[in-house]
Amino acid sequence: MPTILVPGVLRAEAGGESHLTVAAEGSLRAVLDEIGARWPQLERRVRDEKGEVRRYVNVYVDGEDARRTGGQETAVSAGAEIQILPSVAGG
Amino acid sequence: MTVHLAIGTQKGLFLATSTDDRRSWEISPAHHAGLGIYSVAFDTRGPTVRVLAGFESSHFGPSVAVTDDLGQSWQEPEKAPLAFSAGEEAAVERVWQLVPAGPEQPGVVYAGTQPSALWRSADGGLTFELIRGLWDHPHRPEWGAGFGGQAIHTILPHPADPSRLLVAMSTGGVYRTTDGGATWAPANRGIKAAHQPDPWPEFGQCVHKVARDAADPDHYYAQNHHGVYRTTDGGDSWQSIANTLPADFGFPIVAHPARGGTLWNFPLVADSQRQPVDLRCRVFRSTDAGDTWEPQQSGLPQDPYYPVVLRDAMCTDNADPAGVYFGSRAGEVYASRDEGETWSTVAAHLPDVLCVRAVAV
Repeated sequence: MPTILVPGVLRAEAGGESHLTVAAEGSLRAVLDEIGARWPQLERRVRDEKGEVRRYVNVYVDGEDARRTGGQETAVSAGAEIQILPSVAGG
Repeated sequence: MTVHLAIGTQKGLFLATSTDDRRSWEISPAHHAGLGIYSVAFDTRGPTVRVLAGFESSHFGPSVAVTDDLGQSWQEPEKAPLAFSAGEEAAVERVWQLVPAGPEQPGVVYAGTQPSALWRSADGGLTFELIRGLWDHPHRPEWGAGFGGQAIHTILPHPADPSRLLVAMSTGGVYRTTDGGATWAPANRGIKAAHQPDPWPEFGQCVHKVARDAADPDHYYAQNHHGVYRTTDGGDSWQSIANTLPADFGFPIVAHPARGGTLWNFPLVADSQRQPVDLRCRVFRSTDAGDTWEPQQSGLPQDPYYPVVLRDAMCTDNADPAGVYFGSRAGEVYASRDEGETWSTVAAHLPDVLCVRAVAV
């Protein structure tokens, strides 16, 4: 089952957990959809209601920035590690 | 009398309280620290004072939270309180305005967002539904965006008729409904659009803020992107009231909470020179519905003053005499307990002040 690493700033939205596991695999979109069903507040911090990953949120699948590997269609294997990180932004 | 003053800033919400007739203030640490608070409202219709905050994380997007215990605990629903439905190809970027309706509509709260959309909550601001009549308006594709984005920033429910509502947006101008939001019509005749080839369009004006007169609900005042206006016919037509102001540019305009014809604004030199006229920190008050204006500066900084006061960063309370408040992008907040005659500093060194609201209970 893929594992999601939750940044400290979003752990309240993940029930206080730093690691989550999901049943969904195959694509990043499927993983985020399951997060949306189980932790909706976490998911809406990551994606807007159009389903797009927010501009200043980066999602890494096995260490690779998903924006460079197919976006939400990036392949996710059963043992994948998915890391959500706020990008370098803000003032 | 306790007066609560909510100060929304670029990096959190500060709640100030005064129990000595606004002579001194106790200010909370930041709520929602680090988040931009673009809208805040007090709802006094229930047994306790509810504070609503529209916040935005530059990373994680916008939301709305409410507290019924002055910030000891906040409620935010699991699912987004405002969200376009699938297929709209739009996403809420920022909540610019939160306005409880009148006491005859308990639980009803309106929200204005970026992109320009109006929302209605029936549960006190926990969840909202899109008002489709305005979202589906045929003018919408032609509404533009000012520097701050395209948003509905003013919502004025009619005090006696829940079916009537006036909103203003930048850019787009003023729109009204008389049927509870099903249909909307522009109401900008007489307001100049200096940024357009046709300076007198039916819509498209960059109205910065509108305030309703306390005595006559068909009298409104508008601070425009150049131009200050009054209507005495509910928005059918607008006339300039900028003649005795030192400049016609600015963002906020607020009306006295109880006395008709009294209003305040904070003029800036011009859109190309966004600083107070003569670099003097001065609020301007009119007591004759804008025919004449007088500066008010006693107690305000006397040094050259550059900061801007944003459109929602000025307000009144509901006490008598009325309190007037404003905050600047330099993180200062000033209050007057005598309708602008004298001012004192409530807070300094805060992040940029985006909005202020006050209520006496």
